[in-house]
Amino acid sequence: MSATLKVKVWRGKTSGSFVDYEVPRLESQTVLDVVTHIQRHLDPSLSYRFACRVGMCGSCAMTVNGVARWTCRTHVSKVADGDALEIAPLSNLPVIKDLATDMREFFDKWAKSHGQFKGTKTRHDEFEQVRPESRERMAANAGIECIGCGVCYASCDVVTWRPDFLGPAALNRAWTLANDVRDNAQRERLKAVAGDVGCHACHTQGSCSERCPKQIEPTAGIAGLKRLAGRAAVRGELE
Amino acid sequence: MSSALNPDAVTQAKLWYWQRISAMVLALCVLVHLGGMIYAVRGGLSAAEILGRTHGNWLFGIFYAVFVFACAVHVPIGFARICEEWLGLKAGAAWLIAKALGLVILVMGLRAVYGVVA
Repeated sequence: MSATLKVKVWRGKTSGSFVDYEVPRLESQTVLDVVTHIQRHLDPSLSYRFACRVGMCGSCAMTVNGVARWTCRTHVSKVADGDALEIAPLSNLPVIKDLATDMREFFDKWAKSHGQFKGTKTRHDEFEQVRPESRERMAANAGIECIGCGVCYASCDVVTWRPDFLGPAALNRAWTLANDVRDNAQRERLKAVAGDVGCHACHTQGSCSERCPKQIEPTAGIAGLKRLAGRAAVRGELE
Repeated sequence: MSSALNPDAVTQAKLWYWQRISAMVLALCVLVHLGGMIYAVRGGLSAAEILGRTHGNWLFGIFYAVFVFACAVHVPIGFARICEEWLGLKAGAAWLIAKALGLVILVMGLRAVYGVVA
C-alpha cells in the first residue's frame, strides 16, 4: 500500500474535466473519506452530496473507477487500481456541479410509474391481513428495501439509449406495489409502466441487479411487470 | 404488428408475448435442427444425399416452415429496437425497416424450404 492515493475528481458540470489530487492513504479508508479529505483540506469548492455515511440514506452514490457505487460503503482498497482512483458523478443524470447530480428526473419517474400506494381502507377499518409467506408478499419483500440511491439508474444502458425510460428503481417500486394486495390502483399503474418507455424497454441486461448495493433485482421485478402486462393485454385490461 | 407504429402499452405488451412465444418455438426448432444436422452428416455430406432425403418430405417442410415463420416474427421485433436505440431512428422508420426485414426473411426462408422439399 503506497502512502498516497492519486485521485482524479470530476470538476465542472456536464462539461468539465478531471482534476488530480493527492490524498494520504489510510487503513479502512472509504471513497467518501477521500472526497471529504479533498474538500476539507485541498479544495473547499468541491461539491458533493452525503448524509448518513452508513449506507442508509442513498445520497452519496458516485461513479468510482467507472462503476456506480455508494462511496460511504466502498473501501478504497476494494476499488483502487493500484493507487489510482477516479471519481465522477453518477451517469445518466444532469450534473449540478462536480460530484452532485440533479436527481429530479430520477424521482419524477417514480411518480410517473404510479409509485404511490393507493388503498381504500381508512383508520376506522380493520387491518388487512397479509400472510408473510404469500407469493405476493415475498415478491414485494424482495424489492422493498430500495433507498433510491440511483446506482441502478446510472448503471442502466437502456436509460442512456432511451432517456425517457422509467428506469430500474421506479419499475422496481411499481413491482412492489403490484404485489401489494391492499393497493387498488393496479390497472392504472400497469398502464403507466407498460409500453415503450416502461418495462418493455428493458433488455434484461441486469446491470441494475449486478450493481444494486442492497442486492435487489430490479431485472426480476421488470420481468414480473412484463408478465402482468402481457396477461392484462390478453384480457383487454390495458386498453 | 400493424399497430406497432404506435408504441403504446397494449402494442408493447403484445409484441413482448409474440417475441416470447416465437423465442420458445425457435429454441425448440434450433435444438431439433442441430440434432438433425448432426445425425444427417454422420455418413458424410453431399447435396444429392441431403436432397434425396428431403425431397417430398412434407413433415420436414412443415417443420422448417414453422422455423421460418418464428424467425420472421422474432427478428423484426428485436431489430426495430436496435434501430431505435443504437441507430437513433424514429419508431416509424425503425418499424418500416424491421417489417421489410421480416418480409425478406419470410420470402427467402419459405423459398429455401420449397427448394429442398418440392
